Amino acid sequence: MMTSVTQQPLVQPPAGIGTRLFAGNTGPVTVILLLFVAIWYAGAVYLNAPWQIDIYERAKVDWTLGDLVHETLRQERPVLPAPHQVLVEMNETIFGKRITSKRSLVYHTWVTLSSAFLGFVIGTLLGGLIAVGIVHVVSLEKSLMPWVISSQTIPILALAPMIIVVLGAIGLKGLVPKAIISTYLCFFPVTIGMVKGLRSPNPLQMDLIRTYSASKWQIFWMLRFPSSVPFLFTSLKVAIAASLVGAIVGEMPTGAQAGLGARLLAGSYYGQTIQIWSALVTAALVAALMVALIGWIERLTLKRMGLQP
Amino acid sequence: MPETTKRNVVTCEDLSLTFETADGPVFALSEINLQVSQGEFVSFIGPSGCGKTTLLRTIADLEKSTSGSILVNGVTPEAARMNRDYGYVFQASALYPWRTIENNVALPLEIMGLAKAERDARVAKNLALVDLLGFENKFPWQLSGGMQQRVSIARALCLEPELLLMDEPFGALDEIVRDHLNEQLLRLWNKTNKTVIFVTHSIPEAVFLSTKIVVMSPRPGRIIDVIDCGFARDRTLEFRESPEFLEVAHRVREGLRAGHSYDD
Repeated sequence: MMTSVTQQPLVQPPAGIGTRLFAGNTGPVTVILLLFVAIWYAGAVYLNAPWQIDIYERAKVDWTLGDLVHETLRQERPVLPAPHQVLVEMNETIFGKRITSKRSLVYHTWVTLSSAFLGFVIGTLLGGLIAVGIVHVVSLEKSLMPWVISSQTIPILALAPMIIVVLGAIGLKGLVPKAIISTYLCFFPVTIGMVKGLRSPNPLQMDLIRTYSASKWQIFWMLRFPSSVPFLFTSLKVAIAASLVGAIVGEMPTGAQAGLGARLLAGSYYGQTIQIWSALVTAALVAALMVALIGWIERLTLKRMGLQP
Repeated sequence: MPETTKRNVVTCEDLSLTFETADGPVFALSEINLQVSQGEFVSFIGPSGCGKTTLLRTIADLEKSTSGSILVNGVTPEAARMNRDYGYVFQASALYPWRTIENNVALPLEIMGLAKAERDARVAKNLALVDLLGFENKFPWQLSGGMQQRVSIARALCLEPELLLMDEPFGALDEIVRDHLNEQLLRLWNKTNKTVIFVTHSIPEAVFLSTKIVVMSPRPGRIIDVIDCGFARDRTLEFRESPEFLEVAHRVREGLRAGHSYDD
């Protein structure tokens, strides 16, 4: 006699597109993005309306709400440009100009990015070096750590002009002073993260290497440094974003000729709000891209080290 | 078995260790007198807080005694540690998660500065000894707890030490894995004639493995009994049901009971 058993399907039926979108991050992030764009549009209409209504009243014309919305989203110097105006401007200045042109956003981004990157590299090295010192020399922790922390309580906006002016007086202009401001912002998260990371080996791991009578140098390279790698990447993600802020802030006080900061400044001199916003959005996108790039390197490295499946 | 005078591997005379804490001194070890000779398998057994781990750590120079004398291989513990005279197996495997199994076992050899070919040969030999060939390129998280602990034993063995210090190495493992590893350890000791000092709080484990059982008691940490058990070196797990085994186990239990004050 045969027994029949109702078979459960072994494979789940393919989920609908909506289910699949919301399984990961894509769905939720898209919803927030759409919400953000909607608020932006509403804000643009609201903030640009008084100017448009003024125009209508001077011309003594009849207008409808539809006219008003249409006009507020296509002003030449709006209080708040609409997202599509920013996108059009970005398209023109990123893809529409030769990258050597002074009007190309790619050129300005490169100027900012190069000093941010230099500052990031110096800041990371400096931050790492300070952390190594603090972890290995007790007196350095006591003497250096309070200074490291208080260095970040000084507003960078107040400090940046001083650095630019002082360095300018001794003949340093352009890339290096901006990079130094980036360094100033960068080293801090690296120091804090690396001090924590270099101290992260547990007592058992430390005892083990002690039983092999390893030198300080061997303990550093075989235990402390590998343990600190996950901490390092977390710090680097904070540092790269900070380095971009530093470079942009460094371009402002002296009215630099080039760079995203210079674009922001020039835009505000001439009331070119669309130019300001497109520089702003570009800066945000570049920062996000840099953080994502480090996140990608992090995943590859940790996977290779066996620290992440 | 031919009885010859054997070299003392560990000698403690009136060894004491006091930890100064905020609540006053803690007498972790008090006037410990102990000899461990070459080839012995000595277990320290006692309730927690009796100083058994502290005594092992003092032999390994991971703690410093406050008075008395201690010699390891005829020199101070620090000199013995510098000579890499012992291999230490901890309660947990203490594998470095970023190193593969083979590189974890090779860690002490890299620190010693051995050439790659020699390292590879020793790693292969010792992984075979703990029955882990084929796992060389796995990372620690890919292995079970029992396998990880076997890796840590291979790591201690690849230093080729005459003295093996083991601190409750199987304490975190389940009974079945533990039995299996006990048998493997016994076979390994029988084959290599190393000296083993083994910390445990399991009576059957201590009786099954040891040639000498050191019973300890807390507050202050001291030795209350030393029991010699000269069982055949090729005993198997079934031995644990024999009258001789039960007799020694009984004596250990009595010793532990006598040394333990239950009123605190």
